[in-house]
Amino acid sequence: MNPLWLSHFTATSSIGCGLDQTLAALSLRRSGLAPCRFDTVDLATFTGEVAGVDDVQLPAHLAEFDCRNNRLAQLGLMQDGFTGAVHAAIKKYGAQRIGVFVGTSTSGILQTELAYRRRVPATGTLPAGFSYRKTHNTFSVADFTRHYFGLTGPAVVVSSACSSSAKVFSSARRMIESGLIDAAVVGGVDTLCLTTLYGFNSLGLISEQACRPYDAQRNGLSIGEAAAFALLERTPEHARKNLSADAVLLLGIGESSDAYHMSSPHPDGLGARRAMQDALNMAGLQPAEIDYINLHGTATRSNDAAEGRAVAALFGKDTPCSSTKGATGHTLGAAGGLEAVICALALQHGLLPAGINTQQLDPALDLDYLLDNRQLPVARVLSNSFGFGGTNCSLIFGRADHS
Amino acid sequence: MTLTAYIEGIGLLGPALTDWQNAQTILNGRQPYLPQKTILPSPALLPAAERRRAGAIVKLTLATGLEAIHAAGLDAADLPSVFSSSGGDGENCHAICEMLASADRQISPTRFHNSVHNTASGYWSIATGAMTSSSVLSAFDASFGAGLLEALSQVAADGTRTVLLACDTPYPEPLHSARPIPDAFGIALVLAPERRPQALAKITVSLTDADADRLCDDALENLRIHIPAARGLPLLRAIAIGQDCRVVLDYLDSTRLAVAITPC
Repeated sequence: MNPLWLSHFTATSSIGCGLDQTLAALSLRRSGLAPCRFDTVDLATFTGEVAGVDDVQLPAHLAEFDCRNNRLAQLGLMQDGFTGAVHAAIKKYGAQRIGVFVGTSTSGILQTELAYRRRVPATGTLPAGFSYRKTHNTFSVADFTRHYFGLTGPAVVVSSACSSSAKVFSSARRMIESGLIDAAVVGGVDTLCLTTLYGFNSLGLISEQACRPYDAQRNGLSIGEAAAFALLERTPEHARKNLSADAVLLLGIGESSDAYHMSSPHPDGLGARRAMQDALNMAGLQPAEIDYINLHGTATRSNDAAEGRAVAALFGKDTPCSSTKGATGHTLGAAGGLEAVICALALQHGLLPAGINTQQLDPALDLDYLLDNRQLPVARVLSNSFGFGGTNCSLIFGRADHS
Repeated sequence: MTLTAYIEGIGLLGPALTDWQNAQTILNGRQPYLPQKTILPSPALLPAAERRRAGAIVKLTLATGLEAIHAAGLDAADLPSVFSSSGGDGENCHAICEMLASADRQISPTRFHNSVHNTASGYWSIATGAMTSSSVLSAFDASFGAGLLEALSQVAADGTRTVLLACDTPYPEPLHSARPIPDAFGIALVLAPERRPQALAKITVSLTDADADRLCDDALENLRIHIPAARGLPLLRAIAIGQDCRVVLDYLDSTRLAVAITPC
């Protein structure tokens, strides 16, 4: 593929709002996970809740979009000068030449969960003022984003569970390469809701403590929430010379399906391996050229076992890797976007983030899993995102001075 | 800027539209359209356990997708796919929201894994054995247009064949009043980068400010207005008539899709 430039990016999660806080938390190995206090949830679990989401006020003309997911989207868009960067891109390319691709798993479903508690007793109807289209509907967060910026080009939500906001990079790449758009706002936003907390609990996949990816004693995930965005632009050959050395490029993408089970990964991670291999192929890279892998690493028994096997089969045991979900929790549809930004920070700051909470590595998974931060130059990284339905996506990012 | 592809197979299922063969004679005006409730076939290709758990959107997707792929003479296992729908399994969503509002919030594992928007894509890959990439999209009423653009950009950027599966199913009350999709309706299209003998039509698509075309038949127009996937009907009508023409498909409030159609 022709590398695409992440000209601006930002992330907001339980470890911080914006890049500075996110980088500081990773450097200090600080986790955003805490005992769940969300809504009326009575589960013994930890969550990665973003502080201040309830205080966000949407602009008056977008008031109908008001729900937790779109509030977090706006909180994310307000960090790191991202809004200004998109407005500058609109001046450069035109509002119809910038696509919007946002990944989410549950969108604003929380709004409907709350509305079902307030059904009109006599009729069973939903309360007045409930807006399905602007809150619950899967498209809501992309619709909000394009209205927030006044973008008029193609817009879509990618919703493939926990690979959603990795796969937005792929949809954006194809549309940029096909010439329909010149740039893309890509991202992922997912927020806490009862469906996912009680749903993962029903599958026995929720840990009662802060999740411990790749630990021998791991016993489930911790759910988090996040908003992460990037502005993707073309990098023609002549322009690449003008990029700063630490500019971050998207070099390769691999996508696959397990064709195995709705909620369990293929035990040997065949689909995961195929996604990683396809990403390497697209980037024209060998496994040894990847300096760090940000694992999907949810801390469920089956995910980490399957992913670990797939990574070992393809990369051997010497590529440094970690899951950052011990810090952020599993942010579901936002995980791919959030971890893409963490990869970008790793490239720019030479920081390989440790997988925190993990005490004793699973001896069955023979990998160079990072229990401590490692500071060293990083040229190329790979990020994995997998999800229910057997959906897999791997992304490869690299520094401009090594691409 | 235009995107071009060849349509090699069509699948269609909706109210009184039992397959593409049958729908063609209605869309081109040779048979009258007499609406009746959509009949969803049992998904024979799924293993028994998954078949029991499959909701309407899974049945609809499998039926339309396989019809299109068989018509094109292809193997579903080899094709990348694009699933586009406004929402996922509406019955399942309602059941979960009811339970979460009750004293007993213990939803079942099957309910939960069927709640993801990519449920149909997951069952599709299990049924067909396709380990290929699958894009799963939503754009509310613009979902057909969004799916078509994604599929066309796969064809254009990667030179690959792909199958678009645009399907919508209704919610029960009380969500039905908030999102009144009247019945199940789906369109599947196999799109290819180059012309082969089985090609039905060449389409060339661009963004436009023009208004979307309407259908003359009131009952068909009613489907187009109320079911996102049915926003693709003017394209299928043009193919059924079989003449060179240009239609405008509904997409976002800010832009529509102009489609030039040339029969092959």
